[in-house]
Amino acid sequence: MQRFLRLHAPAALLDRDNIDTDQILPAAFMRGISPDYAAGLFGLWRRDPAFVLNRPGWTNAAILVSGTNFGCGSTREHACWALEEFGIRVLIAGSFGEVFRDNCVRNGILPIIAAPEALETLRQLLRSSASPVQLDVDLPAQRVTAPDFTMDFTCPPADKIALLEGLDEIGMTLLNATALSQWEAQERDRRPWRQSLEMPE
Amino acid sequence: MATLFDKIWNAHAVGQRADGRWLVYVDRHVIHDLHAPHAFSKLRKTGRAVRRPDLTVAVTDHMVSTSAGRTDTTIPGSAPFLAQTRAGAAEFGIHLLGTDSAMQGIVHVISPELAIALPGSTVACPDSHACTVGGIGALGLATGTTEVVHVLATQTIAWNKPRQMRITLNGTLAPDVTAKDLILFVIGHWGSDMARGHAVEFAGPVVRALPVEGRMTLCNMVTELGGRTGLIAPDHSVTDWLRGRACAPQGAHWDAAAADWSSLCSDDDAVFDRDLSVDCTALEPHITWGTDPAHVVGLSGLIPDPRHAPAGLQDDLHRALDYMKLQPGQPIAGTPIDRVFIGSCTNARLSDLQAAAGVVAGQHVAATVRASVVPGSTTVRREAEALGLHRVFIDAGFEWGEAGCSMCAGVNGEEGAPGQRIVSTTNRNFAGRQGPGVMTHLASPATAAAAAIAGRIVNRRGTQ
Repeated sequence: MQRFLRLHAPAALLDRDNIDTDQILPAAFMRGISPDYAAGLFGLWRRDPAFVLNRPGWTNAAILVSGTNFGCGSTREHACWALEEFGIRVLIAGSFGEVFRDNCVRNGILPIIAAPEALETLRQLLRSSASPVQLDVDLPAQRVTAPDFTMDFTCPPADKIALLEGLDEIGMTLLNATALSQWEAQERDRRPWRQSLEMPE
Repeated sequence: MATLFDKIWNAHAVGQRADGRWLVYVDRHVIHDLHAPHAFSKLRKTGRAVRRPDLTVAVTDHMVSTSAGRTDTTIPGSAPFLAQTRAGAAEFGIHLLGTDSAMQGIVHVISPELAIALPGSTVACPDSHACTVGGIGALGLATGTTEVVHVLATQTIAWNKPRQMRITLNGTLAPDVTAKDLILFVIGHWGSDMARGHAVEFAGPVVRALPVEGRMTLCNMVTELGGRTGLIAPDHSVTDWLRGRACAPQGAHWDAAAADWSSLCSDDDAVFDRDLSVDCTALEPHITWGTDPAHVVGLSGLIPDPRHAPAGLQDDLHRALDYMKLQPGQPIAGTPIDRVFIGSCTNARLSDLQAAAGVVAGQHVAATVRASVVPGSTTVRREAEALGLHRVFIDAGFEWGEAGCSMCAGVNGEEGAPGQRIVSTTNRNFAGRQGPGVMTHLASPATAAAAAIAGRIVNRRGTQ
């Protein structure tokens, strides 16, 4: 996966709460085995020429700012692939769908949870600007800045390491391979019915 | 002072990983055709093996056609998904339940039905409705695609222990109020974000009185509450329901398993991060009016007026009313509809089809309505046919399908046409979920069946 360190890029505002993954990537855009996910990002909303990601200056936005509960609904990781393929690397929202948030980290996208006041200030800043606002996102410093705006954010240490290093999680887990094998051997004695699955023909 | 969730967690926590996350052992990994091709291809790319193919099952449900006489190529766009799921399952030695299997069906329906999921077990599945198996006391673990590869390679998921919430449902349900009405009410009452970061346990007399299949409906929509997973302590009715099912433990293993399950409940002095309760005695059947699962109203109720809502919510409500082409202040009953869909992991088990058939028997679908029933599994379909339910539906003018996710997920192309209004027994009413411009009302099988007959949303209490 792509590493994430710092980003200086235009931010687009999706000024509402509860944007679900069916909006981020509608089902119609995930039907092929390897479709153009970027083309499907907000596929139905982008039919409107006035939608922010269609407007000159915002077509290369790499940061999305939104309300609470962003990425709720279906756990389709395809929604993260669409964001990533479009070029979105940072999401700033009041809260996120949980699996969606984890999926973002696994695809090199930094999900930032903003406190209500800071988020409202940022939304107001983007709302009132006729041209794209450039944000600076610094993961090591855990800080988002723009002219006249600074916001510190928290990031779980595990996610921060994964994003900074572009880590292979399986490799990290298999460092515990011995404990895992021991656990399985003990479980075979404790609860043998869970360590086997007999599927009738 | 352990909760039910603590007990299952403690029995599966293998150890802590270098980054601080817990490795939680996965007893059963059930994958499906929407994610399997990508996962298999990532697995090949990274040169990893499947650690426990013997504990892994692949099923085709999201992408399959549900028309009679279907094959893997009935829907051309789905054909590569089904072919690659089949090929990957063969390559990695994983059980496949494809369209040629008598055990095929929606992953969350077949997992308990075949006793792949067992009380106290962990069941990982790349789908947000993995929580359905909580109805029999199994811990559903919803994952993304990258995580599927992690589970395939390690048989664990890496997780931070979630916070815990108990929702106690007090009182007694009226006879016409189902588990679906109950969960819609709960989501409407507390909001679609209320359980964020939590594992939810449902408890109380209403839950104890619910049939096992209704408990699955209740847990199914924990994801629409924002929760990561849902659980109900298993009791004798669960053990009775599981006995003799296809993959249930046999002989001495069954006795040991059943004894083990009897300890699966929250201790009396267990402490939850949030402990909520609500009385359900006065509940009536519910339906959604808007584009969020929390946009819920009783069938005797009125479509809400945004002017009476808190300022921060008014824009959302206006947007939902515009999308749904509804007028505030009007009764929800009487709204004309175009389609009815009875199916999905929420409401397509045998008892759901029986409830719907009970409403439509001897009547006919309104001339303006297209209605269909898609059983949750091939087993449910066979059992329903043995009871003659298919004749009831077909005689009433319903389409009778093969098992699959169909119009709930809509990823196989089975969806409504723009502008159509659907009463659906599914779990999501997001804008465009069942096709661009399609307006979805979530309801129970009985409410959906009554709407199909009347051609409009019906308050059955008002008509009886």
